[in-house]
Amino acid sequence: MSAAASKTAFSLFQTALPLALISALGIGIAHQAGFFAAAPSTAALYQPQTVVIPPRTFQYRTDGEYVRGVNPIDAPKSTVTRTDALTIMKYQVTLSEYDACVMEGACAPAARPSTSDTNLPVTGVNYDDAQAYARWLSEKTGEYWTLPSDQDLAFAAGKSFPDDASGLDPDNKNPALKWIADYEREAASRSKRNPAPQPIGSFGENEFGLADFGGNVWEWTSTCHRRVNLYDNGTQKGVETICGVNVAVGPHRSPTSSFIRDPRGGGCSVGTPPDNLGFRLVKSAAWYAPVLQMIRAKGLAG
Amino acid sequence: MTQFNLTRRSMLAGAAIAGAIGPLVQASFARANEEVAPITTPTDLSALKRVKVDLVKPPFVHAHTQKADGPPKIVEFTMTIQEKKMVIDDQGTELHAMTFDGSVPGPMMVVHQDDYVELTLINPETNELQHNIDFHSATGALGGGALTIVNPGEKAVLRFKATKAGVFVYHCAPPGMVPWHVTSGMNGAIMVLPREGLTDGHGKELVYDKIYYVGEQDFYVPRDEAGNFKKYDSVGESYADTLEVMRTLTPTHIVFNGAVGALTGENAMTAAVGEKVLIVHSQANRDTRPHLIGGHGDYVWATGKFRNPPDLDQETWFIPGGTAGAAFYTFEQPGIYAYVNHNLIEAFELGAAAHFKVTGDWNDDLMTAIVSPTGS
Repeated sequence: MSAAASKTAFSLFQTALPLALISALGIGIAHQAGFFAAAPSTAALYQPQTVVIPPRTFQYRTDGEYVRGVNPIDAPKSTVTRTDALTIMKYQVTLSEYDACVMEGACAPAARPSTSDTNLPVTGVNYDDAQAYARWLSEKTGEYWTLPSDQDLAFAAGKSFPDDASGLDPDNKNPALKWIADYEREAASRSKRNPAPQPIGSFGENEFGLADFGGNVWEWTSTCHRRVNLYDNGTQKGVETICGVNVAVGPHRSPTSSFIRDPRGGGCSVGTPPDNLGFRLVKSAAWYAPVLQMIRAKGLAG
Repeated sequence: MTQFNLTRRSMLAGAAIAGAIGPLVQASFARANEEVAPITTPTDLSALKRVKVDLVKPPFVHAHTQKADGPPKIVEFTMTIQEKKMVIDDQGTELHAMTFDGSVPGPMMVVHQDDYVELTLINPETNELQHNIDFHSATGALGGGALTIVNPGEKAVLRFKATKAGVFVYHCAPPGMVPWHVTSGMNGAIMVLPREGLTDGHGKELVYDKIYYVGEQDFYVPRDEAGNFKKYDSVGESYADTLEVMRTLTPTHIVFNGAVGALTGENAMTAAVGEKVLIVHSQANRDTRPHLIGGHGDYVWATGKFRNPPDLDQETWFIPGGTAGAAFYTFEQPGIYAYVNHNLIEAFELGAAAHFKVTGDWNDDLMTAIVSPTGS
């Protein structure tokens, strides 16, 4: 055996073994991470209709309570660019879809008068109910479904997303002006509405094909309510995120305690509470979606 | 043998005794035999001026003067009884309501003390039930109830003298069905103002810029086995079930102006800072305790009778069922106020809440935020 030959010879075993081990480990991790999980055979039965919102740049007035000094002011409007398309349910989750989850014991029954018309959006559901449904639907379809964020809904809703600005002078020192402006705006929109849930599709579609947004169902988001405090000169002093209160969006935004199912009874003492609470879900198109699903399924997060 | 001595003295004594006893004996005979001849002289009111008033829908009140603008007069009102289906909440719950002039509560009437109220009560042919009216401000004949029993197709005209100043309930009270009619919406209020207008009892005049009438109503709507409110084809069919719910003494709805949220949103009551508002509140059946969230009752007649000096600076006042009360307040701050029955379950779960929208300048001296809620 020449020393030169053994030094320069490419040892197949010494290269192949680590490679094989690493590949096996990688495959094992990927398997555990759910990448190889086949979609359940019945997945097609549970697939809801979706629309894909193409990437675009849009104006977005953020959610949250903004207070400058001691005076409430309108939230700022900013330009947002979304570079990834968003896959979102075309319709709100319906009674029949939600009831399927209830019948399997994975969801709590909705708090609403029983009706035979299952083509209505499910109402009388709180934030936790919506999360439970998202988890169940993800199992059934092998995909990762979640509640949209407030910005996701703005992205999808386009022109039908509400602008909650009161349009008041930000230097105004009379707190009552904003209370009255908000009250009048919400009252005016409420007087035009029939509060009873309507069959899906009744409120029309927006420019992206999204149906019924801004009708009489306020949709839960994953966005926690925020209070943003600014100094008198406008610079940010601090942000408090209040999870346990989530933003629900419909004809106007309504931050609502996550356990509330019936907003009429559990709403604000003055002001216009939501007519109904319901939801729709977004599907993650990320390549790592199976990992997210696995993490959630194992109860590690979400 | 003693002899009765008939002296002049004894004769005088006997005459005196006879004279004393005589009328007593005669009176007892007279009481036994005499028939009291009823004397009802019709009052001649031909000299009095007559005024006809058109009633308006609550919470508004028809135009009137606060001081009487002349001697007592006869004020003519007409009310037509309407039996109708009403929707009383956001979920479409229906009720077969019985109403004066189509509203729950019925419209508020305003007269002055010593005026005569002449009411024409019409029960149209299209109604199913017998009705009448009992004015708590009137005396005799069950408040007028015995003289105004009208079957469908009939009408009656009642005149009574408004002898006591105050706000009073009126309601329907037909024999055998009194609570059912009252809890089906058939009640309202009448205000009898003192001829010199309202005062605080110590000479200070209380002149209001605006008046609102809030009629609070308890409803008892039956539910089916699933817990949903039932609907009935006719008012008669609802009676038995409704009576069962009534007997639990627990209403399913307690509303202002006939429906949950009827005085909120675009129908919120309005005022301005500095305006003096009189809020008349009636509850024909059940106790209530009005409270203006963010305000007070500067001068309150909780049981509604103006000859009593009002209570001052009230936070909440108690109106017993079957009573109307009145609160006089000058708004000091702008914003949104809730006017509620301060059993807060009844206010926010059963519907006993209204809103005031008040414009004006903020008074920083009265209240200011020193540090807005902040975590840091």
